[in-house]
Amino acid sequence: MQPGDLIYRERRAYQGVPLGEDDLPRAWECLTEVMDPEVPVVSVVDLGMIRAVEWEGDRLKVKVSPTYSGCPATEVIERDVQEALEDTGFKNPRIERVLAPAWTTDWITDQGRAALQAYGIAPPPKGQGRDTLHDPGPAECPHCGSTDTVQVSEFGSTACKALYKCRDCLEPFDYFKCL
Amino acid sequence: MTTDQALTEYLLRLADTDMVLAQRFCEWCGNAPALEEEVAMMNVGLDLLGQARNWYEYAAELRNDGHDADFLAFRRNEREYRNLLIAEQPRGDYAVTTAKQFFFDVWHHLVLTRLTESSDERIAGIAAKGLKEATYHRRRSTEWMLRLGQGTEESHRRLTDAVQNLWRFTCELTDTDEIEDQLAEAGIGAGNVGDAWRAEVARVFAEAGLELPEPARHFYMDGKNGKHTEHLGFLLAEMQYLPRAYPDATW
Repeated sequence: MQPGDLIYRERRAYQGVPLGEDDLPRAWECLTEVMDPEVPVVSVVDLGMIRAVEWEGDRLKVKVSPTYSGCPATEVIERDVQEALEDTGFKNPRIERVLAPAWTTDWITDQGRAALQAYGIAPPPKGQGRDTLHDPGPAECPHCGSTDTVQVSEFGSTACKALYKCRDCLEPFDYFKCL
Repeated sequence: MTTDQALTEYLLRLADTDMVLAQRFCEWCGNAPALEEEVAMMNVGLDLLGQARNWYEYAAELRNDGHDADFLAFRRNEREYRNLLIAEQPRGDYAVTTAKQFFFDVWHHLVLTRLTESSDERIAGIAAKGLKEATYHRRRSTEWMLRLGQGTEESHRRLTDAVQNLWRFTCELTDTDEIEDQLAEAGIGAGNVGDAWRAEVARVFAEAGLELPEPARHFYMDGKNGKHTEHLGFLLAEMQYLPRAYPDATW
């Protein structure tokens, strides 16, 4: 953030100059640096949690979809989003929590999936949200790439993950469940 | 009763049932038979807590009396709670927890599935989100029913005892009252899921090698109207202690 930006923004707002569409990419850009507190390598944008960024009068409105109903990070993420936008110069942005349509792992970007994998979390298969919800296929070990893996527990260290073990490299790993 | 009044009651039933079950799950923290199971139960409890919050927030808006979701969860007394009686029953041993959860999960999954079609968009949205979670919950408790039912002599016996003990509370899952009927007719509520519930329970029981109990002589079914078994008061006393003792605390 450049300190000048804030002053610049404030002056524009003060003078009643409408903020334009050209500011929205900057909002998106700053949100790519807001990380999920529980998976600190994937941004909220890559997780597909940011559903819309738009102007509501002279105030920015951001629609955020929580991943799980009870995700304890929901409030933290909303606060982080708010702070990131304020630090970039958007005054008093409004965060709206959106439940419908329900967040799905299909919204995680390819970049997000790659980041999960590099972090040691097997990313959820894409485009099979509903099917896999009922019948999880073999998860691919993020360490050695083997698909000879076994589920240790349907639930892992957070609501969004299951616990697996690789039978080839014998390492345990988290699997980001399809939702 | 106006539709809004009925809806508020209905939302509280959904919310309170989720909330009370979540609290029962928390009691397993540090007590579960295996670490993985403890983690799983905390996660299921967390999902239910989140869903409770979503229902409470809607109920608070409808009540429009200046009280928020936290108030509804932490400042209402036993008689004001509208949860299903099965939710408040003590966690017992692992067989009791499993059977309880299974009966609830089958019901929950059916109800949420129907609610995704609700003419009330807010309800449909909350249900669609919760349904994904409930799908995992039901799969997990079904697996445990099979494992305990087909397991050792002891696990089978304990599960049978648990089922016998809990059966008298299941009528609330398969019966509806005027409020539920009214909302079903209005296209808002889930209505009666009794037939589907009995079919699914019978299917899993057959596979687990369990016998369906005879209909209980006395069914307990007034939790929805605030008449509870003696267990709820103790649960609320523990759950509500902190916010009641320090009502202005923030962090």
